[in-house]
Amino acid sequence: MERPIRVLVAKPGLDGHDRGAKVIARALRDAGMEVIYTGLRQTPEQIVSAAIQEDVDCIALSILSGAHSTLLPRVVALLTAEEASDILVIGGGVIPEDDIPFLKEKGIKEVFTPGTPTQTTIEFIKANIAR
Amino acid sequence: MFNKEQISILKEAVDKENAVAQEKLQKRPERKPEFKTGSGAPVKRYYSPVDIADMDYMEDLGFPGQFPYTRGVQDTMYRGRFWTMRMYAGFATAKESNERYKYLVEQGSGGLSVAFDLPTQIGYDSDHALAEGEVGKVGVAIDSLADMEILFDGIPLDKVSTSMTINAPASVLLAMYIAVAEKQGVSSDKLRGTIQNDILKEYIARGTYIFPTEPSMRLITDIFEFCSKDVPQWNTISISGYHIREAGSTAAQEVGFTIADGIAYVEAAIKAGLDVDTFAPRLSFFFNAHNDLLEEVAKYRAARRLWARIMKDRFGAKNPKSMALKFHTQTGGSTLTAQQPDNNIVRVAIQTLAAVLGGTQSLHTNSRDEALALPSQASVQIALRTQQIVANESGVAEVVDPLAGSYYIEAKTTEIEEQAMAYIKKIDDLGGAPKAIDNGYIQQEIMDASYNYQKDVESGDIIVVGMNKYQVKESAPTGLLKVDPSVGEMQKANLVELRAKRDNAAVEKTLSDLRGACEGTDNVMPFILNAVREYATLGEICGVMREVFGEYQQSVKL
Repeated sequence: MERPIRVLVAKPGLDGHDRGAKVIARALRDAGMEVIYTGLRQTPEQIVSAAIQEDVDCIALSILSGAHSTLLPRVVALLTAEEASDILVIGGGVIPEDDIPFLKEKGIKEVFTPGTPTQTTIEFIKANIAR
Repeated sequence: MFNKEQISILKEAVDKENAVAQEKLQKRPERKPEFKTGSGAPVKRYYSPVDIADMDYMEDLGFPGQFPYTRGVQDTMYRGRFWTMRMYAGFATAKESNERYKYLVEQGSGGLSVAFDLPTQIGYDSDHALAEGEVGKVGVAIDSLADMEILFDGIPLDKVSTSMTINAPASVLLAMYIAVAEKQGVSSDKLRGTIQNDILKEYIARGTYIFPTEPSMRLITDIFEFCSKDVPQWNTISISGYHIREAGSTAAQEVGFTIADGIAYVEAAIKAGLDVDTFAPRLSFFFNAHNDLLEEVAKYRAARRLWARIMKDRFGAKNPKSMALKFHTQTGGSTLTAQQPDNNIVRVAIQTLAAVLGGTQSLHTNSRDEALALPSQASVQIALRTQQIVANESGVAEVVDPLAGSYYIEAKTTEIEEQAMAYIKKIDDLGGAPKAIDNGYIQQEIMDASYNYQKDVESGDIIVVGMNKYQVKESAPTGLLKVDPSVGEMQKANLVELRAKRDNAAVEKTLSDLRGACEGTDNVMPFILNAVREYATLGEICGVMREVFGEYQQSVKL
């Protein structure tokens, strides 16, 4: 039997807006995935180390502080350095449209902005993890 | 209020009408099988005196400005003066924020409301590793008194009232404010304003905690005590339901959990030896305004009545000011959509009406672009104008508590009060709010409500215009505010200069005195004030406290 998809839901940066992270964590779990939620204020280093340790297929980063352009690319860079770039990285939160091309260029595969149905995210993860 | 006999006759009539109506509904059903408020509470087809049969005017409503304050905390309310139109603002450097404040004051904003960036809120200087990418983003970066002097440059602190959204390091920012006032020649007894200083809701919902529960509660009671003597016009805490609601709670949970937090602060202060009537008049509250106008109005009225009864009956307060729940309101950020952002202007207008009909003392209206970015100046102006239109043109400010006596509003007020009281009872049974937070009860309840809401939105049971219905193809919005990314570098350079320029021996001395106070039982406020005056940085001061007090460890259950 194939093992369930494993997702690390993480909050990089210092903001405490975790409603979205918690909702998406529950929705992914209800969709049959195994979900680990890191809690607040995680550095990119902590996130990558947790992702590798937990052997996840996907890291879902939720950020509403405005520090996305600094912190999200760093997660991808650290994954590459750890030779774990097969892990799918996605982001969500209050992220202006203008910043999204930069984030995608840096290896964030998709960015989900406010109002995205959880089903959209679930389907994206299913379709894009490396398996 | 109602004669028992009349009620029983009316009840028969109501039952009869209902039976007939049910028959008709078989043939012509309503839009949906059940109707609910924005918080998911059931709503009946109509309400009548039967629903408020036990209400007693003097006991349950009273007159405006009188116990139990259901109708408002002042006798004249907005006929005396309008609520304070207080726009929360702050970004980038102290200098840029100072310019925005001066603009807001010119535009008729009656009080300042300072937003700090996240490193400041968590007690880190701008050059701390965790501050990378965060400096000046969601508010202004304040590292030392030097930044605070620039922030309030040219703003007479004896003339304005200033609200500061600061919690874990509230003592430090308040000390800096007092020190700036000293330099302006304004003594601390003239200062008016509010610090949020509500750590419990940080653990529950907002997330900018630093220290564990016990030392955090001590810092708060130290502030209560210090201000009762030295800064008597200052609101020492703003007990906040706003963030609890933003995290996804219902209206009744917002009231219940917020007042449970309030009870914890009062108990802590009494335990520290303070008399309830010395500090309780300076307690203030902060609530959300969501779209369900009538439910929200009932919510504010329920909160006032509940707090008045608790202060009188549970804590034996004698001073009427200790019983009167004053509150600030902010319109609901989570109700705004990234889709068709101009629609948000309408949502904010409805929410403004709710806050005003509910008797708020001050109000921040959100800008239409807040689901996209920090608000632009043009959007802030529309948000402020929304309040001014409601104040000057709508007529609702000309009469106190105009919705009182509506069968629905009164029934709903009582319902929310009862539901909130049930949460408080449950929290009491768990040992009080700090314990109910530590074991995750409050967070779990909110998370369940928020997930239910999300499911209802995705199933289409809840319609959000422009988001899950009436969508259009849109091009990317323009004119969004962007924070200059060089702010972080500027703050870092300023810190290097500051550390070279100040009297470092004096800084060391004040920090070591502060350490002693933290380890002992003296009130820490005078020690923080001394350190601030010598330009010790926020990070240095909080660093000492981190070493003595330790840090809060969040535990999350999904």
